[in-house]
Amino acid sequence: MVAVEKLVQTYRAFAANGASGAPAWLRELRDGAIARFDALGFPTTKQEAWRFTSVAAITETEFTLAHPASRIPHLDVIKPFLLGDGPRLVFVNGFLARSLSTPLLDGVRLDGLAQTLVDAPDLVHRHLGKYAAFADRPFAALNTAFVHDGAFVHVPARTVFEQPIQLLFLAVPTGTPLVCHPRNLIVVEREARASVVETYVALDEGVYWTNAVTEVVAGDGARVDCYRVQRESDRAFHVAVTDVHQGRDSIANVHAVSFGAALARHDLRGTLAGPGGYLILNGLYALTGDQHADHHTAIDHAAPHCESHEYFNGVLDDRSRGVFNGRIIVRPGAQKTDSKQTNNNLLLSRDAHADSQPQLEIYADDVKCTHGSTVGPLDPKALFYLESRGIGEVEARRLMTYGFASEILNRMDIAPLREQLDKIVRARLAE
Amino acid sequence: MLEINGLRVSVAGTEILRGIDLSVRTGEVHAIMGPNGSGKSTLAQVLAGHPAYTVTAGSATYDGKDLLALKPEERAREGVFLAFQYPVEIRGITNSYFLRSAVNAVRKHRGQEELDPMDFLQVLEAKLKAIGWDDTLMNRPVNEGFSGGEKKRNEILQLAVLEPRLALLDETDSGLDIDALKTVANAVNKLRAPDRSFVIVTHYQRLLNFITPDVVHVLADGRIVKSGGPELAHELEAKGYDWLRTGAMVS
Repeated sequence: MVAVEKLVQTYRAFAANGASGAPAWLRELRDGAIARFDALGFPTTKQEAWRFTSVAAITETEFTLAHPASRIPHLDVIKPFLLGDGPRLVFVNGFLARSLSTPLLDGVRLDGLAQTLVDAPDLVHRHLGKYAAFADRPFAALNTAFVHDGAFVHVPARTVFEQPIQLLFLAVPTGTPLVCHPRNLIVVEREARASVVETYVALDEGVYWTNAVTEVVAGDGARVDCYRVQRESDRAFHVAVTDVHQGRDSIANVHAVSFGAALARHDLRGTLAGPGGYLILNGLYALTGDQHADHHTAIDHAAPHCESHEYFNGVLDDRSRGVFNGRIIVRPGAQKTDSKQTNNNLLLSRDAHADSQPQLEIYADDVKCTHGSTVGPLDPKALFYLESRGIGEVEARRLMTYGFASEILNRMDIAPLREQLDKIVRARLAE
Repeated sequence: MLEINGLRVSVAGTEILRGIDLSVRTGEVHAIMGPNGSGKSTLAQVLAGHPAYTVTAGSATYDGKDLLALKPEERAREGVFLAFQYPVEIRGITNSYFLRSAVNAVRKHRGQEELDPMDFLQVLEAKLKAIGWDDTLMNRPVNEGFSGGEKKRNEILQLAVLEPRLALLDETDSGLDIDALKTVANAVNKLRAPDRSFVIVTHYQRLLNFITPDVVHVLADGRIVKSGGPELAHELEAKGYDWLRTGAMVS
């Protein structure tokens, strides 16, 4: 496959030049990853996990590997995307823009991954690549091969960090389609607490490809709140892997909102590795035009006495297509697992389409697992109910659609973020 | 206030109401009783404008206007209110947000200024106080996870806030235990007013132990077969519906 060969060639140049100063373990990790990508190739719709999502458009586009941008946008340009004065890292085409960022180096470490590889390589080594397995995931393999910059967040044991940390990824098109491979590592050590907001936005309506991987670790008794907002350009490709690894008695609240991109694919996995863990996956995809978004989620109950709740809602308009696959795995011995999953899809047009696939794999006998999914238009009974209260049809439809999206947004704890997303939803409904 | 003449209604080709005549004057409370399948709920829903029903003959005039020509939302804005037998869930919308949207739709229609959340909260609190309830249901999504009693209570709260001139209660007593029934009935009694009429559809006489109607009608096989004072409800409780039904067939 031509596209694969080109990427392997690009990798050789990357490994020989910019990345040659890397520590041996990292070079090894990269070499292993590109070999794996070369072997796997791009997925095809013949593979079960990619049945509904063709990546042909990605393989057919010629992308140039992004390099540090020569021009950094002005602070005013990014203000609308910021959530107040909390600490932040801002990336332009995958590279840290230090002038727009407010790194932290005392106690909590918040810095670019590239810089942290220089300053604290051992800390990175301990976690990088340990959670986002790439043996059967070509895009994770590709990201790992090109691992260079991204966000590094480290919250030491028993540190409670209240302010949300924002990671803002800006796409600034340069004329030729770029690809970047941001790699994020968020480590919240035992009994520590932090919340991180990862946002992908476009400053221009260009064609580009973001291939991101985020690894999140919650130590024993830790709590981590992860928010992910995807607002890429309507012509962009966004492929992402998020792996959340949870220790004993930890809490992870993971929120994922997808508004943008022509083609988006997000593989989101939570692993409850120690007993007593609690996980929430809360997601919304709201699509218009010809957008296609595919969410593949997996919750791995690897230990007993864990609880997980998953809520994903899709609002699909025009000719858009939403794919949801929700896998729940209960490993042998993971007794007293309590897992609930719902996926509801609202079809606002005849040409919109949704695929919803729950997948339960249960290897323990004393567990509670439930799942439910719906696909359909607005409920005519609810419509009449609203009309009978004086609310006109257009407004009633708008209100119900808004409620459908709000149900997900209302589970988010960060008020400024909720308001930001609420505004986007309202603006779309007003169209 | 409400004049119904020769109203015939079908749903999916089956005739359910077969010539209803009913006159409700301002301030009156009418009870419509009848066996299951008699068309009681259909009558309430047709008056509110439910799209599933087709009016094949007759008329319904409300305050001199052709009620049947109005869309459901227009009827509501003109002061018609239906308390649903099966209230519907609206996911993701809190009760207070929903109520404010409804109140503002009505206010806009009347040329009044819309209420902001703070103003609305004051109106709501006053209403809750008037009917002796608290605000525990206000910040939950509309009817979602509500018990049967909470759903019915929520309907009556909407009635209180929207201040209709014609309130249609569709089997508001069904599924309620005696305590919940009393709570709802007391609230309805507090909402009775000289300029407000009620049409209360019920299968059982027990609701009428707490709300005394001015007129009781018996609906059977799509027609009103008997009308009388409150004592008719007691007679029905004792004798059942069958004697009237047979009479209807004979006539």
